[in-house]
Amino acid sequence: MTEMISSPAISRREALVIALLALIGLVVLPCLNAFVPSTSPLHVSNFAITVYGKYLCYAVLAIGVNLLWGYTGLLSLGQALFFSLGGYALGMHLMLKIGKLGQYQSDLPDFMVFLEFPKRFPETGGLPPHWIPFHSFWFSAAAVIWVPALLALVFGWLAFRSRIKGVYFSILSQALTYAATLLFFRNDFTFGGNNGLTDFKFILGADINAPSTKRWLYIASGVLLLAVYLGCRWLTSTKFGLIQRAIRDSENRVLFSGYATGRFKLFVFVVSAVICGLGGALYVPQVGIINPSEMAPDKSLEAVVWCAVGGRGSMLGPVVGAIAVNAMKSYATHAFPEQWLYLLGGMFILVTLFMPGGIVGVPAQWRAARARWTRKGEAAGDKGTAPAVLESATKEP
Amino acid sequence: MSQKSFILTLEGVTKAFDGFKAINELNFYMDEGELRVVIGPNGAGKSTMLDLITGRTRPDVGKVEFEQKTDLTALNESQINQLGIGRKFQTPSVYIDHSVFENIWLSLEGPRTVWSTLFSRMTGAQKDRIHEVLKTVGLQDRATVKAGSLSHGQKQWLEIGMLLAQNPKLLLVDEPAAGMSDEETARTGELLMSLAGQHSIIVIEHDMTFVRQIARKVTVLHQGTVLCEGTVDEVQNDPRVIEVYLGRKKKGHQACLN
Repeated sequence: MTEMISSPAISRREALVIALLALIGLVVLPCLNAFVPSTSPLHVSNFAITVYGKYLCYAVLAIGVNLLWGYTGLLSLGQALFFSLGGYALGMHLMLKIGKLGQYQSDLPDFMVFLEFPKRFPETGGLPPHWIPFHSFWFSAAAVIWVPALLALVFGWLAFRSRIKGVYFSILSQALTYAATLLFFRNDFTFGGNNGLTDFKFILGADINAPSTKRWLYIASGVLLLAVYLGCRWLTSTKFGLIQRAIRDSENRVLFSGYATGRFKLFVFVVSAVICGLGGALYVPQVGIINPSEMAPDKSLEAVVWCAVGGRGSMLGPVVGAIAVNAMKSYATHAFPEQWLYLLGGMFILVTLFMPGGIVGVPAQWRAARARWTRKGEAAGDKGTAPAVLESATKEP
Repeated sequence: MSQKSFILTLEGVTKAFDGFKAINELNFYMDEGELRVVIGPNGAGKSTMLDLITGRTRPDVGKVEFEQKTDLTALNESQINQLGIGRKFQTPSVYIDHSVFENIWLSLEGPRTVWSTLFSRMTGAQKDRIHEVLKTVGLQDRATVKAGSLSHGQKQWLEIGMLLAQNPKLLLVDEPAAGMSDEETARTGELLMSLAGQHSIIVIEHDMTFVRQIARKVTVLHQGTVLCEGTVDEVQNDPRVIEVYLGRKKKGHQACLN
């Protein structure tokens, strides 16, 4: 029976690969950072650990994008918004933990002093009322989940109820993130305006810039990525996952088979938003800043490019794509900063044209090409039969 | 009319698109267990009629009732399907990336909520039922292949199989023989005839050989309304039918209607 279900639970080979990657990422690299002296060529620098941690958070975002695009056929161009909202939710808590160590040596975050919030919110001493619960780490951690989920629920409910599909959904999601960017840019929106939230000092009582904290944040990102990967792997292997892909391939058939497709899309949209939010929450303490440019439309587009380059519709593809493209970006923006965007755009076009399965699809593509090549060779050798091209063409429906 | 109750009732139904009346004062009654063929020239409103029954569009005025008790105009597509109305589309629509087996599995009758699909496991009885359906539509040997790699005719059968898996009371089948070879068409006809009785079936078709093979009662639609109803012979000899099919041309109607 198992062979009839195209996406069984994790295969032995995949489990081995994941275990190996997890071992390297979660144990070996942090050990090389912590215990190997910096004079050794094997040492992994603190800077590198933070950069890798950032890549892992991007990979989480990419999985979120792919769950929608690759598996459900919903090309959302606004997933960086949910990533940023998760980041803001934790960032607010980190802002409040700076205490008197800010430039103005006030209990208020610097921007609130600078923007004269005490005059605006005199009854709370300047802190906007909705910031107060963010003193609690656990409230903030919960907000990392429910804020993106709630926005996705409301937006998704409206969009799917109105049967907004395809390119219209993409445009609408882009408009949403653009509107949010403009809103967060405003100083009076109480989230720090265009400077955003920055200058964090502590997380859970630890110095946020200490190498050990950075290392733990990196490990947390790796654990999150692993958990999200396995969770999505499970989700897509259930009957729900089959319906998800059925919606992608033939939504009407699913709808006329009795499934309320809008509910299924809403569910997966909310799940994706939560995934993106979690990625953003771990991203912010590592890079030390969150501002509205993180939710600008081009950020979401970049995440779509990672998926395409890595290979959408496969589970590993977006992870590979996010890490590979960002590693290349880190290098290229130093080596030739002016050309980076052309390079990114060119890469997207090339992958779309010549590598529909992305990087992870290359082996299968190569096998198919080789099979075609050998078939062609046989056909040329045997002049009696029709060319292979014709033969395969007639087999097509 | 016998004691049988109507499985489907359309009364005084009108549906206009931008002023064009695709369906105009349509009255249509169907007995339980009946196999009805609906024919009509292009633009007669055949597919729109199916759209109205399945909730894809709603009538401007008129009654669309299932089993003489359920008002279909108040329900959406998935709810209507859950009542036991299955629809096969004109162009075969199957899940190309899933195996044939999975295609049937997703169509099998049962709960349709998000929650149920997250935690459902296939039971032995379901598996047997899937194989039974595959056998009925003659795809038992192709269970493991991707539906996308099936031939056109096989896709049509698979979609009929997907309908059967839902165990619907009423099957709506839109041009099942389109694009099929003569042999495939004949097999499709046999399949549909074997299903009549246990299910009520509406078949929309153009191919008159096929209609002749399966039809007991034929309804001719023209300009969104019923032109006439009867056996194939009655319908083919009805001067009004000849008129709408052939227009002012007197010659060559045999070619069209045979």
